[in-house]
Amino acid sequence: MLGEGYVAGTSPLHRARPLWKLLGLIVLCTMLFVGPAWPALALGGAAVAAGFALARLPPIHAARALRPLAWILALLFAVQLWLSGWALAAFAVLRFAVLILAATLVTLTTRSSEFVDGILALLAPAPAWVPKARIALAISLALRFLPMVRDMLEQIRQAQAARGLERNLIALSVPLLLRALKSADDISAAIYARSFDEAD
Amino acid sequence: METRDTVFIALFAAIMAALAVFPPITLPLIGVPITAQSLGVMLAGGVLGARRGALALVLFLVLVAIGLPLLAGGRGGFAVFLGPTGGYLVGWVVAAYAIGLMTEIFWHRLTHVTAFAISAVGGIVLLYAIGIPWSAVVAKVPLWTAIGWSTPFIPGDLVKCAIAAVVMVAVKRSYPIITPRGAASTTR
Repeated sequence: MLGEGYVAGTSPLHRARPLWKLLGLIVLCTMLFVGPAWPALALGGAAVAAGFALARLPPIHAARALRPLAWILALLFAVQLWLSGWALAAFAVLRFAVLILAATLVTLTTRSSEFVDGILALLAPAPAWVPKARIALAISLALRFLPMVRDMLEQIRQAQAARGLERNLIALSVPLLLRALKSADDISAAIYARSFDEAD
Repeated sequence: METRDTVFIALFAAIMAALAVFPPITLPLIGVPITAQSLGVMLAGGVLGARRGALALVLFLVLVAIGLPLLAGGRGGFAVFLGPTGGYLVGWVVAAYAIGLMTEIFWHRLTHVTAFAISAVGGIVLLYAIGIPWSAVVAKVPLWTAIGWSTPFIPGDLVKCAIAAVVMVAVKRSYPIITPRGAASTTR
């Protein structure tokens, strides 16, 4: 499938159910925002470091996760330093770093397909008004459409490049949308033809 | 809602992902690169309408959350919601709904001017009204600082509103799928 944030492994973290990892992430976030400031941060940081060690992920993954946010964290540090001094500036930036690394840890140790299975498993006992079949269909269709739309865009880009319009957003997005809407109608006709039952 | 709507929602979630790889434009003088992804938010509402547009964004954000690198710059995973700009992602759903709602109301009077106004109200005013207080709270900075962080993006967003307006009108002319508000039928 697509490139995703997953790094293969066999650690307890890799094998844990996605739901437990998500609950752990929620607990950690809550603790960092409502708990006593520095002790909560120290505990959270230790937990994330232990998680990375347990999953045998080298620190390069942590650096890669923080790099896109480097400038905004630097800006935040500067503003907090000016407004409220060293302690709070360091705290604000470190808290974001711990939050982001904790979330990255979940992403690094869980395949997207496990999450999809987890979502569908959670939906199974859901009440009848939840359109389970439609949610399952939407997720699986979207996963199929990702490479399809990317190919469509690439073809349109090449066609417009021949006209010198490959950087023109209007010349790219109008044909992309029209083709996509047209194929959506074809695909829904194909789904009707295969008697997909709306009501489960 | 019927199967056709589900297909539109899934397809637009994929279009949002494709927009992440559109060539980014860097505005002269300002130097802030603008990506096409927030254009997708305006188009989701303006092409699919309120309900389908918002659901397409929800589906897209679910795919981002489960770790697919679909945001501009190849970002994804839960981390993006916890960063200082997470409010803008959540705001995308609200903005798409609002733009869709306004497009449905003004469907018979949709011109480049009204479509631009709709995109600006939903995609700039409303989106920033959610994203700015959010980043002020999670980053513990005063509101005016957070406002200062977002102003460099406004020129780029205005350009995107203009592009969205042209595309919305073009799609309305050639492949309309929105049912205007107040029309007799509720499905289709």
